[in-house]
Amino acid sequence: MRRRYRPDRTPLGWIAGFTLPALVLYGLLIVVPLVTAFYYGFFRWEGTKQAEFTGLGNYQEVLTRYPLGEQIPVALWHNVLFFVGTMAIQNTIGLGLAVMLYRNPRFKRFFQAVFSLPYLISPLIVGYIWSLLLSPSFGPINHILESVGLESWARPWLGEPDTALPVLILVNAWQWIGGPMLIFLAALGGIPRELEEAASLDGASAARAFWSVRFPLLMPAVGVITVLTFIGCFNIFDLVYALGGSDGGPGGAMDVLGLLYYRTAFEGGANAIGESSALAMMIFLVIFGVSIALERVLRRREVS
Amino acid sequence: MTALLPPKARAASPAPSKRPRRAAGRHGSGLSRLGVQALLWVYAALAFGPLVLVLIGSFRPNADILREPVGLPDSLNFDNYARAWETASLSTYFVNSLTITVASVALCVTVSAMAAYALSRWRFRGRALLAALFISGLMIPAKLGLLPVFYMFQSWGLIDNRIGLVLLYAASGIPFSVFVIMGFMRGMPDELEEAARLDGCDEGRMFVSVVLPVMRPALAVATVFQFAPTWNDFFYPLVLMRSDDKYTVPVGLTRFFGEYAADRATLFAGLVIALVPLAVVFALATKHIISGLTAGMSK
Repeated sequence: MRRRYRPDRTPLGWIAGFTLPALVLYGLLIVVPLVTAFYYGFFRWEGTKQAEFTGLGNYQEVLTRYPLGEQIPVALWHNVLFFVGTMAIQNTIGLGLAVMLYRNPRFKRFFQAVFSLPYLISPLIVGYIWSLLLSPSFGPINHILESVGLESWARPWLGEPDTALPVLILVNAWQWIGGPMLIFLAALGGIPRELEEAASLDGASAARAFWSVRFPLLMPAVGVITVLTFIGCFNIFDLVYALGGSDGGPGGAMDVLGLLYYRTAFEGGANAIGESSALAMMIFLVIFGVSIALERVLRRREVS
Repeated sequence: MTALLPPKARAASPAPSKRPRRAAGRHGSGLSRLGVQALLWVYAALAFGPLVLVLIGSFRPNADILREPVGLPDSLNFDNYARAWETASLSTYFVNSLTITVASVALCVTVSAMAAYALSRWRFRGRALLAALFISGLMIPAKLGLLPVFYMFQSWGLIDNRIGLVLLYAASGIPFSVFVIMGFMRGMPDELEEAARLDGCDEGRMFVSVVLPVMRPALAVATVFQFAPTWNDFFYPLVLMRSDDKYTVPVGLTRFFGEYAADRATLFAGLVIALVPLAVVFALATKHIISGLTAGMSK
């Protein structure tokens, strides 16, 4: 068959004219800086002056020297807990809401809109909203708890190390729950109903039909959501900054890698450029590597 | 991430399942259906309640809020808004944010549409590589390159300069916009373009008068999805802007929160002001938002 477009006939000038603006902008401001950060990380810096090549010296320094050496594992652990908590709470509730809306499509559009409304708000503003609502003495949340007789529950939610991280997980889930809900809802809509019907004709209960027939078919959606959640949880910065400041709340209970990078780069010492670039590269490798690995694993499960 | 179906195709796909829904979907009893409805309303209250509390608080005098944190305003008074807008200079931040956001979204969507069109319709050496380079940006945490950007901007005189932010935002939106528009173009037949070509249109004219109108749904998704993160961004201006009169709303808010910490009423009003543009976007584009969030999910 004759190809409709004569590919090689588009003159080079048009190709360049159409692709170069995006390529230059993206290359210069996104790709080059990341590559440069990688390069910076191999040198010692004195203020803004590049000093001698140190190989992996900065990496070693960042991982071992006080205080970073101790803060990195703690921050990493908080990111991991944050990811696990978000998967368990946000994505489970998101699935629940999607299933309920799917079975019960009354007012579906309205609910979809309301549930995903917080999605648009800046994480910083979400953080400020909740820090006002949760504030110990004049916050409505504690006030409501007291007025329904749960005085003992009222506490400075963001001021206690034990509650700070769980509150962070919940506030974050409040904001992003629309994402998993919409993705699950779209995926549920794509599954042929005959399958579940067949199962229920075979005498399976509704719950069983769901878990054994429908849920496995949702695996692609689970995969996408897991990867997106991982990237989101390891990139978090604004929300934590608003809830706990650049030190990550009481006793660093909410300190995460994003804050640590910010402090190293912009509140750091003489070798800030070298150290923060090394730290940036390690964070990048973790995020990029794990998301690719996650995608691989989940893809494989999908096929089988 | 697989292809993005054009919204029309996606809208059509649930239709065939409508008929059997009544028979198969609702095998709960009336009571359990009522329970599900109740749960949905409870969650709606949870999602919406905090915003309502902020809105109500923004109309109450500060003294009332400190005495009684939960309560209705006595009257609709806009004193708090006036204070936040004028005295706390939110007006300046607001204008800055709006200018920067509109300019960068326009720039980003324009260059992305051009690139996405070339990548999906023309064949040339390096095409696949270029597409992969753009799309891989979806997984790259671009913020980690901020320090080199900072020094680059310093040598170009773009620190504390709104143009610098516009360029940076436009660049960081390119991967998603290219992804969405390319996915959309893949699902579009090219008959129109071919007819235009037979009529003697050159590439540039065809793009402007034939392709862009066809692309509109994808451009809308890209616009909405670029608008919100740009309006909301906090990290870039926090590092790149110096003078108070060039701050955007989020950075301005951090200053504002420090200064007015005890004045809850003004804080609530400031938060509402910061939310208004997004509420407008949301009201205008719910449909596009939902199709954008599920982009890549349809097979």
